[in-house]
Amino acid sequence: MSIRLDNIAKHFGATQALEPINLDIQEGELVGLLGPSGSGKTTLLRIIAGLETADHSPTPGRILFGERDVTHVHVRDRRIGFVFQHYALFRHMSVYDNVAFGLTVMPRAKRPSAQDIRARVYRLLEMVKLEAFANRYPAQLSGGQQQRVSLARALAVEPDVLLLDEPFGALDAKVRQELRRWLRHLHEEFNFTSVFVTHDQEEALELSDRVVVMSNGRIEQIDTPETLYRAPQNRFVFEFLGDVNYLEGKVHNGTLTCGDAHLAVDLPDGDAELLLRPHEIRLAEQPTPESHLPVTITAISPVGAEVRVELEADWLAEPWLATVRHADFNRLALRRGQRLYAHPRHWRRFPEATENAEVQTHLA
Amino acid sequence: MRRIGDAPLVRRLLIAAAVGLSGLFLLLPLVAIFAQAFSQGVSVFWSNVSDFYTLHAIGLTLGIALLTIPVCLVFGVALAWLVTRFSFPGRRLLQTLIDIPFAVSPVVAGLIYLLLYGRNGWIGSWLNSHDIQLMFAWPGILMVTIFVTCPFVARELIPLMQAQGSREEEAAVTLGASGWTTFRRVTLPNIRWALLYGIILTNARAVGEFGAVSVVSGAIRGQTNTLPLHLEQLYQDYNAVGAFACAALLALIALLTLAAKAGLEWRASRREAFA
Repeated sequence: MSIRLDNIAKHFGATQALEPINLDIQEGELVGLLGPSGSGKTTLLRIIAGLETADHSPTPGRILFGERDVTHVHVRDRRIGFVFQHYALFRHMSVYDNVAFGLTVMPRAKRPSAQDIRARVYRLLEMVKLEAFANRYPAQLSGGQQQRVSLARALAVEPDVLLLDEPFGALDAKVRQELRRWLRHLHEEFNFTSVFVTHDQEEALELSDRVVVMSNGRIEQIDTPETLYRAPQNRFVFEFLGDVNYLEGKVHNGTLTCGDAHLAVDLPDGDAELLLRPHEIRLAEQPTPESHLPVTITAISPVGAEVRVELEADWLAEPWLATVRHADFNRLALRRGQRLYAHPRHWRRFPEATENAEVQTHLA
Repeated sequence: MRRIGDAPLVRRLLIAAAVGLSGLFLLLPLVAIFAQAFSQGVSVFWSNVSDFYTLHAIGLTLGIALLTIPVCLVFGVALAWLVTRFSFPGRRLLQTLIDIPFAVSPVVAGLIYLLLYGRNGWIGSWLNSHDIQLMFAWPGILMVTIFVTCPFVARELIPLMQAQGSREEEAAVTLGASGWTTFRRVTLPNIRWALLYGIILTNARAVGEFGAVSVVSGAIRGQTNTLPLHLEQLYQDYNAVGAFACAALLALIALLTLAAKAGLEWRASRREAFA
């Protein structure tokens, strides 16, 4: 079932939680709403669910599920599945009763028979690998298990649309990784349309077909994860999607100068600010004619696929973060207090007036 | 190493003080009540209890409690629901207003009701012209009892429902449950212990209420005399054994209530340990 939002806005009292938003979600798509807290992503999700109502004035918005206009349809009749951040399982009911709830509250005419309900609940519990826990109570389960029950409960009523509000936010990193993979798999298998909210850029980029980046009640960019990461439309998106290093200075005759550091750039004269990702910085023992950026290593964190190195210098307002491959780390024999030269491979610039990214690549 | 405040001397002193004071001020009077009630034997106690006026007072008291509980139950649940599930201007003020019956002396409550609903009162004179008498009759007793007891259920429910939040109810609605189904299958099971606890407190207060009732009942023997009022009359008439027999009955009701409350708390703690 496709979802279409047409001119959806929301005020809470005098504060505007959402500016008028238009959004089209294709059938079978897995879309992530990504943004910092207060960006309006959860409000948007709750409006899609019908747990909040969008503003009626000045111009009324519309919500369509496929061809069906659900703007004025009550939550209980929207045929959605909603997964809450803190699971919201019925604490006094067993896992079985939780999953069966949506089926047992159906009007008598539509309600499946007791055996059908039983069969369907066990099929769902099998799917979330919790058949053995049918008689347990929510408090007896781990966070990851509770969230799986909550998913099974939402899917039991065969919703047209599955909505997830920070589904993995309260779980530890390892369980989160596992559940993400599992949700992706489930989505591919059943092909329901789903929208999930997250503030974790990694989660959004890994899980979504398309990501909607939001800030201050506005949509900043809607794109596939690759496009979003490679071609952020504005500074906010670039900054939100990963760590950023800043280089501010004055350009004169094609050279940006900042204290005793300088870098050859193809920019007009005047003030300029360059933005770099940590992996776009190469470290070397010597400067080059184009790039003279002396730095000192102040911290090293060798955890993960790459070594994270913190760099400081007189000419830097804030320390830089660079990531180095383990092989290079060993070759350069990096240690704290070591003085090196940073060489940008690639940088971006978001001039305020144009809002468009200007990208320059320097192959090092 | 010993923890702060865990010195043996302090501990023993505190325990001794607690035991001594509760013995002196709680246990001893309770024992004295039963001792006095049975001081002239079981048969005298029994004849006092089975006296027509006493039986009538018992009946009236229990009847009033039975009528009060459902009213307070519905009122308390509705109010707690309103205050915890909706946000509207004046919500905090309403939460403060709920406490008025606790803050006001019951005698004052009785007087206000007399002023409003008495024969010469603002509403009472109109009612009187339509031949409806509320004061000095059981409806008046019921009204002041409800006034005095109405905060108990709401007071028990509001903090609990605030802590639980409305997520489970939202979940139920997204799964297609109607409002009534949501209340019956999700809300009610979550609040049932607090609700029972509120009922127990309401009952205890309704049975024992003296001040407000004494103002509006007129204490007509065999008609509007509740058990606490009857007790006082017997005592004024120098029938000490009769008064203490009534006191013993009231104390018994209180003990049963406490036992019920302890039982509920025990069950609740077991449920927590289990969960």
